[in-house]
Amino acid sequence: MGMKESEYWRWKEYNWKDEDADWKDFDIVTAGVDIGSVSSQAVIMGDNELFAYSNMRTGSDSPGSARKAMDWALKDTDMTLDDIRYVIGTGYGRVNVPFANKAITEIACHARGANWMYGPSIRTVLDMGGQDCKAIRCDERGKVTAFLMNDKCAAGTGRGMEVFADLLSVHIEDVGRLSFEIDEEPTPVSSTCVVFAKAEASQLLRQGWPKNKVIAAYSSAMAHRVFTLLERLGVEKEFAITGGIAKNEGVVKRIERELKIEALQTDYDTQIAGAVGGAVFGKTLVEKGKA
Amino acid sequence: MKANYGYKDGSGEYFITIDTDKCNSCEECVKACPAGVLEMVPNDFDIEAEDMPAVTEKERWKIKYTCAPCKPVDREATPPCIEACKEDAIEHSW
Repeated sequence: MGMKESEYWRWKEYNWKDEDADWKDFDIVTAGVDIGSVSSQAVIMGDNELFAYSNMRTGSDSPGSARKAMDWALKDTDMTLDDIRYVIGTGYGRVNVPFANKAITEIACHARGANWMYGPSIRTVLDMGGQDCKAIRCDERGKVTAFLMNDKCAAGTGRGMEVFADLLSVHIEDVGRLSFEIDEEPTPVSSTCVVFAKAEASQLLRQGWPKNKVIAAYSSAMAHRVFTLLERLGVEKEFAITGGIAKNEGVVKRIERELKIEALQTDYDTQIAGAVGGAVFGKTLVEKGKA
Repeated sequence: MKANYGYKDGSGEYFITIDTDKCNSCEECVKACPAGVLEMVPNDFDIEAEDMPAVTEKERWKIKYTCAPCKPVDREATPPCIEACKEDAIEHSW
């Protein structure tokens, strides 16, 4: 019990496998391994169909996290790493995936992954990752036409939200819902920096603000921050969000409100978009004879 | 493709934009930068394409400061990276 109470930031780590598929039926099996600053995913695809994946927290070393993610994705399959024709490493730790055949930037992979997840009508992708945020424009093939990233700080990222979940003792998966259980929308916190925003939130709590109102104030500050990034790049429909924050309806709805555009929804886990893109790239490379 | 590298903070927006469709991979911008802000990297966005210039990871969050000497406040001056680019593929947002 004690452990759970101190781990409000903890999100669900899991693996998944398509029970109906037999990998031996596939012509080309490829994989994408996305080693992010906060989370890691390994996705195995057969002929561009999702076959198995894992989604877990990144450990202290990238090669170890990559191996662990891949082992977990393979765990319930009767496959070994050698059965995968081509592996793409992506994300912040992409050059540290020991068994990858090639590393590709996560910007290219997220666009390709979003194209696979949401379909060819997707033109703008906002990847809200653990430690940074990227706005991406792409064409109907999922090829990037423009991108903009903010490399400076953790404001508007998953890690920032984890810090807030911890501060407010609210489980991270409840943050989005609770941010709407308020009487009226509060003024956003004025600071976008996680450290300052946390101090500001502590002060609001001391002034007697209910938790949900503080969450709402932080969620709208986060939404506004990424809105300004999107505005700079220009947003074209269809629009979708990838990464962990895409699961936080409190931030998603507030971004939609500012953009006046609804984000496309998906049943896939939005955290696997980058790794999916990697696996799709892998297949393209094999087919072009470049692998 | 327009690649924007940089950041936005309380003091403003600092982005270097490289238009890879205009870029001919001549590397003149990399040579022209006195601070080593640019480097040639593989073009992950188009596997058929040649290497492209990019802002180094180490500089992406501090170009406001690193690029400052090339942007004198007392007179108009074109930064050497922009000057060096014959294809007009580089822009600064500030």
